[in-house]
Amino acid sequence: MEILMSVIAGILFMAATYLLLSKSLLRVIIGTALLSHGVHLLLLTMGGLKKGAPPILGGKSTSFVDPLPQALILTAIVISFGVTSFLLVMAFRAYQELKSDDMDQMRGNDQHE
Amino acid sequence: MNNFVILPILLPLLAAVLLIFMNRNVMLMRIFSTAVSAVSIVISAILVQTVFTGGVQTLTLGGWKAPYGIVLAADQLASLLVLTTAVIGLLVILYSFRSIGEKRERAFYYSAVQFLLAGVSGAFLTGDLFNMYVFFELLLIASYMLIVLGGTKIQLRESLKYIVFNIVSSAFFVIGVGYLYAVTGTLNMADLSVKISESGQTGLITVIGVLFLVVFGLKGGIFPLYFWMPGSYYAPPTAISALFGSLLTKVGLYAILRVFTLIFIHDTGFTHQLMMWLAMLTVLFGVIGSIAYADVMKIVIYNIITAVGVILFGIAMNTPASIQGAIYYLIHDMLIKGALFMLAGTLIALTGTASLHKMSGLITRYPVLGWMFFISGISLAGIPPFSGFIGKLKIAEGGFDRGEMLFSVLILLSSLLVLYSVLKIFITAFWGEEKETPAGGNRSAKGLLYPAAVFLLLSLAFGLGTEWVSPYVNQAAETLLNPEKYIEAVLKE
Repeated sequence: MEILMSVIAGILFMAATYLLLSKSLLRVIIGTALLSHGVHLLLLTMGGLKKGAPPILGGKSTSFVDPLPQALILTAIVISFGVTSFLLVMAFRAYQELKSDDMDQMRGNDQHE
Repeated sequence: MNNFVILPILLPLLAAVLLIFMNRNVMLMRIFSTAVSAVSIVISAILVQTVFTGGVQTLTLGGWKAPYGIVLAADQLASLLVLTTAVIGLLVILYSFRSIGEKRERAFYYSAVQFLLAGVSGAFLTGDLFNMYVFFELLLIASYMLIVLGGTKIQLRESLKYIVFNIVSSAFFVIGVGYLYAVTGTLNMADLSVKISESGQTGLITVIGVLFLVVFGLKGGIFPLYFWMPGSYYAPPTAISALFGSLLTKVGLYAILRVFTLIFIHDTGFTHQLMMWLAMLTVLFGVIGSIAYADVMKIVIYNIITAVGVILFGIAMNTPASIQGAIYYLIHDMLIKGALFMLAGTLIALTGTASLHKMSGLITRYPVLGWMFFISGISLAGIPPFSGFIGKLKIAEGGFDRGEMLFSVLILLSSLLVLYSVLKIFITAFWGEEKETPAGGNRSAKGLLYPAAVFLLLSLAFGLGTEWVSPYVNQAAETLLNPEKYIEAVLKE
């Protein structure tokens, strides 16, 4: 199971990298979303995918899945959610101001307006 | 256990929250954030003294014992950097009064600054790797807000790149944490160090070490990963650039220093060799950039990259002398970059241009600014009575101890080019015939020079009072070189 999940995370990283390197800003943002999906999946996989009950006390089960990676992922999800929404709004503002979503037209880093 | 340790994080965090409710009253926000920053300086100074007399201070949050809960650990390095951060925070806030503009101030500027300071202090003080990631995100999200605040075209363009690069590097950080958790089963840095020394540093752990070097290198701007920095630091107003230039890259360097003196310490041959080469290339590209440009801001920004390279070289040499040198140089560089950014920003505000071709002969009208620039220039290059000297001396000493003659000599030679790049600004902008100032310039420098003057005085005191500072730095280096002290303090009982 871990091997399958690693391969899937790898595919997500591949697609994310491809999208991050593309011209359109919206594709770049979709790339960052896929990247964070890949990361969260990897985090879950790295914690181990052994069979066990959900980490809730009170059931009859004696073996539980590792609760720590789940807490880490929950933290990472809200952080990447916040950052992604900020990035989306900024892309919208940039589209309004710069009249373009083409990363090629945002090249260079000098003050040429 | 010492509840005092959390105050440098808690105070700016609470202040940031309260500032959100004050956003209509600019005067109140100014007074409040100045007061809070002044108190933070006092608190951090007390923390430095407490650590100096009482050793590493730890606080287990919620009372959960070390590997299970989150630990805040203040050793001398973290405390000194927290103190420097608080000082920089106050001076940047003072500089903002005259330079940032009321419109930006109303848009939660001071709140974002306090959030950034909380994130930086948290990243310095935490003893847990995932918690460090969270504090990194706190300071990064505050920096996203600050870099785009005002929404001019160049800010929008550059902040898009800045955010995307940082999202990628944060993703790598989480991947690194995930791998390390899979290998060791813990996230507490002291516990990680113990687990890795028990199981031996296998190839896999070295790979994770290199992954962390990449992550923190992206934050800190080392050689192949500094490409975002010249644009991003150029776009925002000067006060924000000063804050970024003196704090953000240094957090990355601190993380490298912490991780490679505490966790990945058993296979230093490969990782430190790699760091040494990266450091040399960083210095090389930094000085090339600072010589190439005729733009005041760009020259200062490329000097950050050079300094990052020098400090990384000190870390890579990993001898007592070079680690001490890296700490001296880290603190010196935080102070002097604040001063340089503010002076360059004042220069731009006065002349209305950043281009060196359009300014000259300013010394007759602004002698104080001119001589302050001169002093910060030679201090940056490391001329003996000033603060850059002792750090570079110790780093070079460490390099010679390791037998890296060529690279140590190159580090010393890079000082010449740094000096050239800063004196180029001094000579072309301040000497020569006076030129007509372009439209938009010719404002008075009133109020803008005081924070930079305080920076210079501190830097001067740091240089002249090395004898007085050295016990603190020696203690910081000692804890870094003997991680057992740190581990014992965190995992006691």
